[in-house]
Amino acid sequence: MLDTDFFRRWMAAVAASVEREANHLTELDSAIGDADHGSNLQRGFTAVTAVLEKDSPATPGAVLTLAGRQLISTVGGASGPLYGTLLRRTGKALGDGAEVTQDQLAQAFAAGVSAVGQLGGAQAGDKTMLDALLPAAEALATSFDGAANAARAGAEATVPLQARKGRASYLGGRSIGHQDPGATSSALLVEALAATAADGADA
Amino acid sequence: MKMLINVPETVVADALRGMAAAHPELTVDVENRVVMRRDAPVAGKVGLVSGGGSGHEPLHAGFVGPGMLSAACPGEVFTSPVPDQMLRAAAAVDSGAGVLFVVKNYTGDVLNFEMAAELADDEGIQVAQVVVDDDVAVSDSTFTAGRRGTGATLFVEKIAGALADEGAPLERVAAVARQVNGASRSFGVALGAVTTPAKGSPTFDLPAGELELGIGIHGEPGRERRPMMTSGEIADFAVNAVLEDLRPTGPVLALVNGMGATPLLELYGFNAEVHRVLSQRGVPVARTLVGNYVTSLDMAGCSVTLCQVDEELLRLWDAPVRTAALRWGR
Repeated sequence: MLDTDFFRRWMAAVAASVEREANHLTELDSAIGDADHGSNLQRGFTAVTAVLEKDSPATPGAVLTLAGRQLISTVGGASGPLYGTLLRRTGKALGDGAEVTQDQLAQAFAAGVSAVGQLGGAQAGDKTMLDALLPAAEALATSFDGAANAARAGAEATVPLQARKGRASYLGGRSIGHQDPGATSSALLVEALAATAADGADA
Repeated sequence: MKMLINVPETVVADALRGMAAAHPELTVDVENRVVMRRDAPVAGKVGLVSGGGSGHEPLHAGFVGPGMLSAACPGEVFTSPVPDQMLRAAAAVDSGAGVLFVVKNYTGDVLNFEMAAELADDEGIQVAQVVVDDDVAVSDSTFTAGRRGTGATLFVEKIAGALADEGAPLERVAAVARQVNGASRSFGVALGAVTTPAKGSPTFDLPAGELELGIGIHGEPGRERRPMMTSGEIADFAVNAVLEDLRPTGPVLALVNGMGATPLLELYGFNAEVHRVLSQRGVPVARTLVGNYVTSLDMAGCSVTLCQVDEELLRLWDAPVRTAALRWGR
């Protein structure tokens, strides 16, 4: 079973990972976007860490909905609403139980990913965060590590794609050959989840 | 890269503090990042709220004042503002007559303004939106996020702002805003890349002797790179790209816009070439505006925006305006 503390540690792990990878994300974004993906997510997850400490939500669902709302309020751009919606809708789908099973998390995460697709109007293969999130959601029902690997592979598979959504789509064919920054940060989020689960298993 | 800044994290807040110091006729909420007309809300008047990433100055805060915007929400550099800012602005300028959101077509701006419209609706504020998408360099198809909003934003904000000042109802102000957008097209050219404060180095490498055609206003590369052209050749290319799509049957407003690092000497010279091409193509120019209005930090280059106008749009364009960056009449 996954408790509230697990979800707090997951968000802390995402914040640490975004902090570490901020320059890399910004570097990817400078190739096909406007060179701020790392700093924007860093600002958002720093605020998430602060609000989770201050408000100490009591259930797994409340941790994610609060984190999502905070991202919407601080990030801006497309990442704010998209990542905010991912976490909020996942949190809402978790309900208000004090603990959730991995299976419940997998189903809730799939609902969150589907909400991202609806909001952004994107599909698999459009060279967006969905290219990491969709395979991760599918693999999550079976294994945390499998989800992390699927997300990473999905992000890497965006390199040869031509962007059809977001700012990179304005480049047309010139977006080909670059890894999508949104898919890359999505992989970080899922990898942080797997790392949190692995830490829990060790303890 | 040397910049006139303290640290990258505070550039937007620092600029807003400076704007407040220069313009006592504005209310500048530095903490929440909302710039408002000091006399807002104006009784019976539709409020006009726009916003977007910072780095496009004077867009949008420079266009707040009588005859144009009621409020503007500056986001981080090249990043759309958040819904909280827009909601705060809407609540502050709504007199009960409703609020028009002027949104440029970028995924982030559209999503955040949509969320803000929902929140405003929850609070009983009537909101309409116009999405500006004038950039002909982007093919408007299912293969992109749709045309970007660029120079036409200024036309929409000025003309809809004048109409709102006359006391027109929300649906009429929104309809005219959409009419202006539908009658406007733009094309942009970069002679150099931009340097964002956060990154500190140029976002793409543009060698001497080359230019980018079909750029937006976020330092992203354009659709195509070519060997450097003369001002006249660039005007031929840009104006023809616009006319291929707009096909005006009457007079136009022309905006010859600098991207931030191109001097007026060059922009006026370029304007002469734009007028030459328009004259050769038989398109009469009713009014021309030349300057840095919709910029992209320190990008060198320019854009051309044309808007076909009828008598009413021209009258609204000529109506008095009093903002930091645009003022005439009265």
